[in-house]
Amino acid sequence: MNLNATLLVQALSFAFLIWFCVKFIWPPLTNAIEERNRKIADGLAEAEKGKLALAEGEKQKAAMLKDARDAAGEIKSANEKQALKLIDDAKAQAKVEAERIITAAHAQIAQEQQKAREQLREHVAALAVAGAEKILKKEIDAKAHGEMLNQLKAQL
Amino acid sequence: MASGYSSPSEYISHHLTNLKVTVGEGGFWTVNIDTIVMSWILGVVGLGAFWLVARTATSGVPGRMQSFIEMMVEFVDNTVKDVFPGDRKFLAPLALTIFVWVFMFNFMDLLPIDWVATITGAVGLHNWKAVPSTDLSATFAMSFTVFFLTIFFSFKAKGAGGFIHELFTAPFGAHPALWIPNLLLNIIELLAKPISLGMRLFGNMYAGELVFMLLGLMGMIASFSIGGMVAGVAAGALTWAWAVFHILIIVLQAFIFMVLSAVYIAMAHEHH
Repeated sequence: MNLNATLLVQALSFAFLIWFCVKFIWPPLTNAIEERNRKIADGLAEAEKGKLALAEGEKQKAAMLKDARDAAGEIKSANEKQALKLIDDAKAQAKVEAERIITAAHAQIAQEQQKAREQLREHVAALAVAGAEKILKKEIDAKAHGEMLNQLKAQL
Repeated sequence: MASGYSSPSEYISHHLTNLKVTVGEGGFWTVNIDTIVMSWILGVVGLGAFWLVARTATSGVPGRMQSFIEMMVEFVDNTVKDVFPGDRKFLAPLALTIFVWVFMFNFMDLLPIDWVATITGAVGLHNWKAVPSTDLSATFAMSFTVFFLTIFFSFKAKGAGGFIHELFTAPFGAHPALWIPNLLLNIIELLAKPISLGMRLFGNMYAGELVFMLLGLMGMIASFSIGGMVAGVAAGALTWAWAVFHILIIVLQAFIFMVLSAVYIAMAHEHH
């Protein structure tokens, strides 16, 4: 167990192993670890960003939804107003039409009445004349008494 | 398994002796071929696993193997970060190398010693010690490498002048009469670090190995008598318990070696 030249051989072997480890083992492993750490950090940052963007999009979506709902409501109420107006217009028009028809009917009725009255007057005059003819027989000359008959007719 | 030894002392010394090859005139110029071969194999297996993953490392979703390797890397990186706030491009992989290599050394301690001895003996390699961290040369090789790195980083951080200035003026003061005491204390402090570092790992692993051997000896007296059966069962149970305890020890010792190395090198960057 005393010291001998093994010491020198072992020291050289040790130096070689250290050199090998420093040169070929340590750098690739630590690089891989650091690279992965960076990737993970980047990934987490990206995820955070994505989460923020999602929240932002969610907010935008809510705002757009609200706008759309408002617009739909406006359109609906405008339509309702339009419909009411149409109904009112139609009602007014119908009223006017009805009045017009009524007026026309009234006028026609008045005309008919007038006509009937005329005819009645004619009939009455004719009847009166016929009656008078029957009463007076030949005493009354239609021509001679036409004037008087016409006056009578006008008085009826 | 443990038969073939004429005495307990032969069993112990067989398991505690390194397979030596003498280079040149011997003495110091001897190498423990088992320690070197085992540490090379363990280094290739341990760091090779890291290298294979590092080659195909992806920054996307990691597989199970990559996750495990990255867990180790981050564990070492955080440990080093705690003791050294500066640039870790060198210190952290150094710590990882130490942790993996020492852990692999110590892990061999969990291999049943008699199996290792039987297998290596069968291929003609007697005295094969499978645990490099029970060889003082291996632990001192690491701790003194760390020591030289400490000196190197001291020079780098403070400059040669600053380092020598500190040797003579810290910790007592800059008075010329205190130069010699300062220097002596600094030399002791500098040398105490690598010696304690190497000794701690070696001592823990060597003692652990020794306990396994004593329990193995206890197993050797197992027989079909009552006492022999008690001894056999006790040896088996205690070996199991000691192995479980050692799972903690081997990780802990690797961790301590790593942290102290990082602390020593981090201290080299500090100014007094």
